[in-house]
Amino acid sequence: MDTVDKTDQRTEPPAVKKNPWILRLYIAGQTSKSLSAISNLRRICEEYLAGQYEIEIIDLLKMPQLAEGDKIIAIPTLVRRLPEPMRRIIGDLSDTEKTLVGLQLKAK
Amino acid sequence: MFTHVPNYPQIEKIETGITGFDLISSGGLPKGRTTLVSGTAGSAKTVFAVQFLAEGIKRSGDAGIFVTFEESPADIRRNVKSLGWDLEVWEAEGKWLFVDASPDPGQDQVEAGRYDLGALLARIEYAVAKIGATRLSMDSLGAVFAQFRDAALVRSELFRISAILRQLKVTSLMTSERTQEYGEIARFGVEEFVADNVVILRNVLEDEKRRRTMEILKYRGTSHQKGEFPFTIVSGRGVLAIPLSAMELKQKSSNVRITSGNKELDAMCGGGFFRDSIILVSGATGTGKTLITTEFLKGGADKGERCLLFAFEESREQLFRNADGWGSNFEELEESGLLKVVCAYPESASLEDHLIEMKDIIEHFKPNRIAVDSFSALERVATPKGFREFVISLTSFIKHQEVAGLFTATTPSLMGGTSVTESHISTLTDSIILLRYVEMNGSMRRCLTVLKMRGSLHDKDILEFNIDGGGMHLGEPFRHVTGILAGNPRETPYGIPAI
Repeated sequence: MDTVDKTDQRTEPPAVKKNPWILRLYIAGQTSKSLSAISNLRRICEEYLAGQYEIEIIDLLKMPQLAEGDKIIAIPTLVRRLPEPMRRIIGDLSDTEKTLVGLQLKAK
Repeated sequence: MFTHVPNYPQIEKIETGITGFDLISSGGLPKGRTTLVSGTAGSAKTVFAVQFLAEGIKRSGDAGIFVTFEESPADIRRNVKSLGWDLEVWEAEGKWLFVDASPDPGQDQVEAGRYDLGALLARIEYAVAKIGATRLSMDSLGAVFAQFRDAALVRSELFRISAILRQLKVTSLMTSERTQEYGEIARFGVEEFVADNVVILRNVLEDEKRRRTMEILKYRGTSHQKGEFPFTIVSGRGVLAIPLSAMELKQKSSNVRITSGNKELDAMCGGGFFRDSIILVSGATGTGKTLITTEFLKGGADKGERCLLFAFEESREQLFRNADGWGSNFEELEESGLLKVVCAYPESASLEDHLIEMKDIIEHFKPNRIAVDSFSALERVATPKGFREFVISLTSFIKHQEVAGLFTATTPSLMGGTSVTESHISTLTDSIILLRYVEMNGSMRRCLTVLKMRGSLHDKDILEFNIDGGGMHLGEPFRHVTGILAGNPRETPYGIPAI
């Protein structure tokens, strides 16, 4: 499955709107890690997925019950809900290289 | 020296409800604290963690949170069903809540920057508040470390979680892995952050036999029993610890005499056995141990007493036929409800499981007298240490029931000697009856002597006895023979001891 994904990325140019990316970011309050994760995510999305992404931010201090579904333990956690398969990246996304690998926007 | 004794506040404990553990731990787990339960793979950590919550719900309606890092909730629900815990019912009642932190198979996780375990903490806090939980189990910490690369961060986050649980007044239990039965307390140095209380579960292979034990290694600021205590896992009940040294010696002893079922033997014992006593009958195979057992049971049942026999050597058919041959009809006695015969192969279960089952039967049948024939057959299925603990545990349990117990022990050599059972049990028994073969003038004869009769005078003779259709008949003492008990009888023709 991984190979198929990577081939897609390499051969086809980003198909705007056709293949939307839905990303969900879990944070807990306005901590420095949370804030840096939000800004890093926005920056990366603008650079690599401009016009074809949606970001959902869930603050677990406000809605802790939402962590149960995705079985979130660490904060911040980014979940790529679409395209499938689901993938998750933990941390404040300050390591751009690893974030791109995690999102499969870049081969390992 | 002791002029200044600081008055520390007493640490309160909550009863876990895990049989035996509350006795070993002098009252249960320290309230509002975190206790680490550490053990190797297969040491029953998860069962212990589930039982802590299950007993809380069953006994006092305490709601509990189960945080799982390893198995999925579905697996846990299924696995503990056979132990008698229906988690779904409790979940529906709002008494049990899972915090599912088990990894999804095949989903790898990339770490890209700084993180903490704030989400886990938020979920735990939310869960505790949602059902008003006062107990929490976390199983197991090793799996959390497997999910994240930064072990130091995980350690400090777990410390934070245990501190917050303390603030929330939640008594918690965390399990962790060990790689060896006797070595470091836990992997990843987790004991450092919950170092206050540590319980070790062991599952040791000793002489080809599995032996489970638990030990409280540390209970900061509060008392507990020291050393390893055997335990077993029983379906429908879970972990059952068998506390030995924790047991109190508070058996009552009475002066009421009961019949041995044989008038001549009663006379030798100064009027019968004492009611609350343990009698050991020791002898080589074929000397008449099962006969004495049979008469003991028949004698009791004839007086309307309830009698229980655990037979580990012979089948029901054999026992009943033998009894018939000595004039006791076991079939009738069983029909009358006064006798219960339980036959089992020693090898059919571990010694711990035999013990639990025997205790259950005793509690259920409520006998006035109990016989075990033969006790020494059980030696085969245990290590010497395990057997010793079994003997102590069973004898003291029987004494607590205030009934008479008669155990038989088979000596390994035909002409005398002692068995392991004897050396373990002899100090615990109130009376010892020895049966021996005596080789004299080219024939084998049998003799009996009462070696010990606590709290009473008894006949010290070594009597010859015969067995016929009416049972055992004691005869004349061997006056001119020495060395019978040593297995080396010698005649002294003129009444002068041989030199």
